[in-house]
Amino acid sequence: MAMHDLDMTHVNPETRKLTKSGLPLARLGYGGAALALVAATGVLEGYELFLASSILSYAIAAMGLNVLMGYNGQISLGHGAFFAIGAYGAAICIDRFAVPFALTPIIAGVVGMGAGWLIGKPALKLEGVYLALATFGLAIATPTVLRSDLFSEWTGGVQGLFLLINPAPEWTGLDLDQSIYVAVVLYFLIFAFVTLRLVRGLNGKAWIATRDNPIAARAMGFDVTRAKTRAFVFSVLACSVGGALSAVAVQFVAPDSFPFFLSISLFTAVVVGGLCSPLVGPLLGASFIVMVPNLTEEIWQGGSWAVYGAFIIVIMAIQPRGLAGMLAWVRAKVTATSNND
Amino acid sequence: MLKSTTALVMGLTLASGAMAADYDKGASDEEIKFGAIVPLSGPASAYGSVGSCISAYFDMVNDKGGINGRKISVSVQDDGYNPAKMLEHARRLVEREGVLFIAGNVGTPTNSAIHRYMNQRKVPHLFLTTGASKWDDPENYPWTMGYIPSYAAEGRIYAKYIKENMPDAKIGILYQNDDFGRDYMDAFIDQLGDESMVVSKVSYDTSAATVDSQLSTLKESGADVFFNVSSPKFAAQAIRRAGEIGWEPEQFLVSVSNARSAVLEPAGLEQSTGIISTQYLKEPTNPAYANDPDMLAWREFKENYFPKASEGNWWDWSCYTTSYTLEHVLTQAGDELTRENLMKVAASLEGFEAPMLLPGITVNTSADDFAPIEAMSLMKFDGTNWVLFGDVIAVD
Repeated sequence: MAMHDLDMTHVNPETRKLTKSGLPLARLGYGGAALALVAATGVLEGYELFLASSILSYAIAAMGLNVLMGYNGQISLGHGAFFAIGAYGAAICIDRFAVPFALTPIIAGVVGMGAGWLIGKPALKLEGVYLALATFGLAIATPTVLRSDLFSEWTGGVQGLFLLINPAPEWTGLDLDQSIYVAVVLYFLIFAFVTLRLVRGLNGKAWIATRDNPIAARAMGFDVTRAKTRAFVFSVLACSVGGALSAVAVQFVAPDSFPFFLSISLFTAVVVGGLCSPLVGPLLGASFIVMVPNLTEEIWQGGSWAVYGAFIIVIMAIQPRGLAGMLAWVRAKVTATSNND
Repeated sequence: MLKSTTALVMGLTLASGAMAADYDKGASDEEIKFGAIVPLSGPASAYGSVGSCISAYFDMVNDKGGINGRKISVSVQDDGYNPAKMLEHARRLVEREGVLFIAGNVGTPTNSAIHRYMNQRKVPHLFLTTGASKWDDPENYPWTMGYIPSYAAEGRIYAKYIKENMPDAKIGILYQNDDFGRDYMDAFIDQLGDESMVVSKVSYDTSAATVDSQLSTLKESGADVFFNVSSPKFAAQAIRRAGEIGWEPEQFLVSVSNARSAVLEPAGLEQSTGIISTQYLKEPTNPAYANDPDMLAWREFKENYFPKASEGNWWDWSCYTTSYTLEHVLTQAGDELTRENLMKVAASLEGFEAPMLLPGITVNTSADDFAPIEAMSLMKFDGTNWVLFGDVIAVD
């Protein structure tokens, strides 16, 4: 993989010093951002809340996929399938068992992880493009499986399922959009915390070592297979939870909601957002895949995907580390200038 | 909720105090704003021309002075045939852009995603370009109305015809594995009443490359009647393949796929001779209507406002009829441009003659009938053109 050349996780001693000294400040920043997300519940209205919920759901999925692709260096073009499993998991929980919507991502996550483990075991024997193609096959098969008669009693077949979602209890004073948004923010914060812990801890080191040099990693005592499986299962968990939350936000699932293009979109979110930027990258990437198609449509209706494609090419040409890389670059410039003053 | 109700009440009070006209969000003295959400990209992008057609039609209306002095502004959005994207666009149009209503949307799964939303918000969801029968449910969904005859109704016409004229038929069905295919087939079998007449049914997915193996299965089943429930590309393949493998059943082809240039020509005109289908519109490519006044008006519109339209593509011209009906509803609503009044007008069309409808077919709606067009005529392909036969058949 070309990722070795980019050397994205390499931190030079200078920056390390900077980050160390800036750590309390960074914590403050995270806390502030989390508060801002929660506070947005009262500020934003209907459509904006819905849009924010969609973006955060995709961001959760992208966070997981980023661990797999950025830190562990594997390519998946099929995580839309797990997004769909999560979405249908949530939909069936609500439709069949009247599970409160806020709990459905947990069940969906467990189901998704089970599926991920089953699929991951054989698939992870494959490397690079072979794994990419195997997962892509999964994404292609998903809509057809969802449409099929075999499961239509549960999945609603071609018609899909409506999700009757009850808002939070009255005393909270939250309407439906707000209730959904609050749940999405909650899950997002949990995933942000867990992801950061994982990639900065021993697991992260094992993933990076496995990516950069599996033989050396094994020699150093890392269990390469386990590291890969863990990264895969975590990415699947994140995608299923993201899918569940997105289904809740849309309140409807149908096979057409999960075309294979969704997998490519998630892939785009991760790479355009910035590989190996565990938090900011997926957030920017998710905003990109949700908002930019609307923007490009206004620029050139009918040719919007050409503009979208051009955007991706330009971003990759300017900064292979994506939007997060650009942001870091801008910040470095600003710090440098202010230091010079 | 309370806030918006108060705002609405205040708005209404202000409006009624200041002037005689009555407006909901999206309408004013100068303008009526509405939205249409269609797939301009993705697997169903061929149907996206409905959006261009509606927008071109109202350009023409505006050039002629608008409706009751108001300009019409149409916002066409691309959902890529994705239900989630459809909801996002609908919410943006309704909540942020503030449209008066949404009309003409393409697709059953996509419109399903906003079915409840539009009704909860009480925003008209009008004249949808989809033949599912669920849009005709005024009791539960009083803000949603379809337009074209339902697939189910059409399926029943074929079943009735076969039962009357070919009681011993052995029927083989090819259907698209989605709601479009199921709607047709379920109603067809239901109307037959006797499922043993169907000797074989095979399906294909829209992602399939060909339907060759399905056709072989149908031929081997010994069927002598072929009910072809497929979208244009596959319909053409199926007709051609039947000829190639020497299967010569009586063929019934769903109206969605009966365009001569898009289906019959690629399938082979000789192969297509004798196929039976239904129609409710006058097809522009049929020379029988060359000098029909409706057709002259359509051509004038096409040349001046919608030059990229292809007359062989149903999606490019059938929405002319829809747009005309929409214009009529807006004109009738007069100065009372509220969402409620719009639904009231749309639900009280009586014998309305929209252009391009076959003689004898009119648009009819009422408070408990939200299916505007409910009649079709059978027709047979004679090798060069579709020829209507029998009376107009009312379905409901």
